[in-house]
Amino acid sequence: MAEEKVTTEFDPEVILEVQNLRKTFPLKKTITGKVTKELVAVDGVSFKLKAGETLGIVGESGCGKTTLGRAILKLHEPTGGRIIFEGRDITDLKSKEMREIRKKMQIIFQDPYSSLPPRSTVGGILSEPVEVHNIVPKSEIKDYVLDLMDKCGLRDYYYERYPHEFSGGQRQRICIARALSVNPKLVICDEPVSALDVSIQAQIINLLKKLQNEMGLTYVFISHDLSVVKYISDKIGVMYLGSMVEFGTKEDIFSMPLHPYTQALFSAIPHPDPDVKMNRIILKGDIPSPANPPKGCRFHTRCPHAMEICSQEAPEYKDYGNGHCAACHLLNK
Amino acid sequence: MEELKNKNEAVAEVEETDVPLDKNVRLMSPTRMVVRRFFRSKLSIVGLVMVIGLFLFSFVGPLFYPQWGETELDKSGKTKYTNSETTYTVDGVEYTLRQTVETEVEDNFLAPPSASHPLGTDKQGYDIFVRLMYGGRISLTVSFIAVFLISILGVILGGIAGYFGGVVDNVIMRICDVLICLPGIPILLIISTILDASDIDAKYRIYLLMIYLTFISWPGTARLVRGQILSLREQEYMVAAEAMGYSTQRKIFKHLVPNVMPQLIVSMSLSLGSMILYEATHSYLNLGVKPPFAAWGTMINIISTDTDILQNYLNVWIPAGVCIVIAVLGFNFIGDGLRDALDPKARR
Repeated sequence: MAEEKVTTEFDPEVILEVQNLRKTFPLKKTITGKVTKELVAVDGVSFKLKAGETLGIVGESGCGKTTLGRAILKLHEPTGGRIIFEGRDITDLKSKEMREIRKKMQIIFQDPYSSLPPRSTVGGILSEPVEVHNIVPKSEIKDYVLDLMDKCGLRDYYYERYPHEFSGGQRQRICIARALSVNPKLVICDEPVSALDVSIQAQIINLLKKLQNEMGLTYVFISHDLSVVKYISDKIGVMYLGSMVEFGTKEDIFSMPLHPYTQALFSAIPHPDPDVKMNRIILKGDIPSPANPPKGCRFHTRCPHAMEICSQEAPEYKDYGNGHCAACHLLNK
Repeated sequence: MEELKNKNEAVAEVEETDVPLDKNVRLMSPTRMVVRRFFRSKLSIVGLVMVIGLFLFSFVGPLFYPQWGETELDKSGKTKYTNSETTYTVDGVEYTLRQTVETEVEDNFLAPPSASHPLGTDKQGYDIFVRLMYGGRISLTVSFIAVFLISILGVILGGIAGYFGGVVDNVIMRICDVLICLPGIPILLIISTILDASDIDAKYRIYLLMIYLTFISWPGTARLVRGQILSLREQEYMVAAEAMGYSTQRKIFKHLVPNVMPQLIVSMSLSLGSMILYEATHSYLNLGVKPPFAAWGTMINIISTDTDILQNYLNVWIPAGVCIVIAVLGFNFIGDGLRDALDPKARR
């Protein structure tokens, strides 16, 4: 049924393809329900992700990273564009049809405190998805869950305990275990470490890497911490005000950032050696409101190289070789 | 001391066998913590004792006191004295004729408390003590069933309204508003008149009373549940449940409703008290349980027509009033105790 929607140039290695994804939230409605003002959270984001890779998504607060992650999982119904997962177009699937696909794509949330139900035990939290999706026969659920807990660095006697008994890092391990309990292919990590302190961050990142190797997972890793993204990602997407301004492999992006925003962003990475002189590019002003984005190139209000064309025409998002894409008028000169 | 010893042992174990320290530290489940806090409060234990006492009295009592049945008249007979006084004037002289008529009646009515009737008998000759027990059965059962029905209806409708929102929410909440606006007693008077006219068995009136109480009381619970669910469904663990692909039914009844339970239990125990009051009020107004069946409210009803009993036969109506007070107080104590025990801010 949904097989008809398979894209013609289907590459079996590509697990997730996002085409021109758009998500808006209504701000004002007339009495008849017509939307008169809307907030554009994600605007025209496209990328392809191969199985086993990690895509790091970076950007300032409020640039639509989280919305993008949730829209991919259809936790927010996308307003436009297509999401193709394992060659199947899932954009228009109803929530009932989505349920089967959900076990292949999972999410880890930013806040490990509010994302665990307070009234069930760790064992209950982890075995419920296994039971619902019939991952293993009923009699083997407990062994399966204990095995999973061991993989995620949780001790077996945590099985009977409640989330409030754990620290943030351990809670995040429970969240990871829950996401992995259904054997997903794709995991969206929505700032999984930003609520944790630095030493725990390293543990969780290493755990995620280890699990990726063991289970062949694909990650979309959303973060505003560039050093973390640099460590874990194969590809990086830079977002600004809802749209992807640059996308490419980690090496390309770090060695040769094309977009002025990326350059400014990367110039802000602190260096461990205090004697190294940093050439920081300081951006002026604040990020504009996504409810009222600037015309033309979204970045032109803060761009140090802004030209006249920038305030009139939105630059095209083009491939500049080796899958390194960017959207900037400077590159077309 | 005991605890300290265990702790020391645990430390020693860590050094020897590398068992982590926290393995031996058992924290309590949320439910156990609530139970412990509940029993720490003296008032809630008093409430529990009151309510359990009333239950035993009503449901087990008749087994130990089988001398009289609920609708069994004491036929031992009694002499009834009727005094009359007539004044008339003959030739300007006034005469007063005092007359006492002695009648032998079959029923032993309005007997004072004695060995065979611990609380005496009422105007008809029924044993008051026994009728208190049977009246308690009706009052407690009616309020329990009504509260149960109210909770079920409130959870289902409030849950649906809160979870789905939008039009569904609007429709259900407006129905609630209308029901809350309805004046309870006047409608009941009308219903009662209709029932009287249609000659329905006194037994079934009790069930109708339950249904009526449920019908006018569910909006309160529905609002409570809806409000809770509105705030809970925005929690991240509900997004996680959505991401897990759980069915809507599972999300509402396995993830949301259990988290509403604390507030719901408190409101249920408090409304048990008010249901007993409702039932008593209705019976008192002759709208609920009708004689010959007993209910606490029905038993007090007699004083509204007979001032002699109100003044001179306190044993007829005071016990029923005391029972109502005990029941309402007991349920309120329990409700308050539960509310304090379930309050997350009072972590002790």
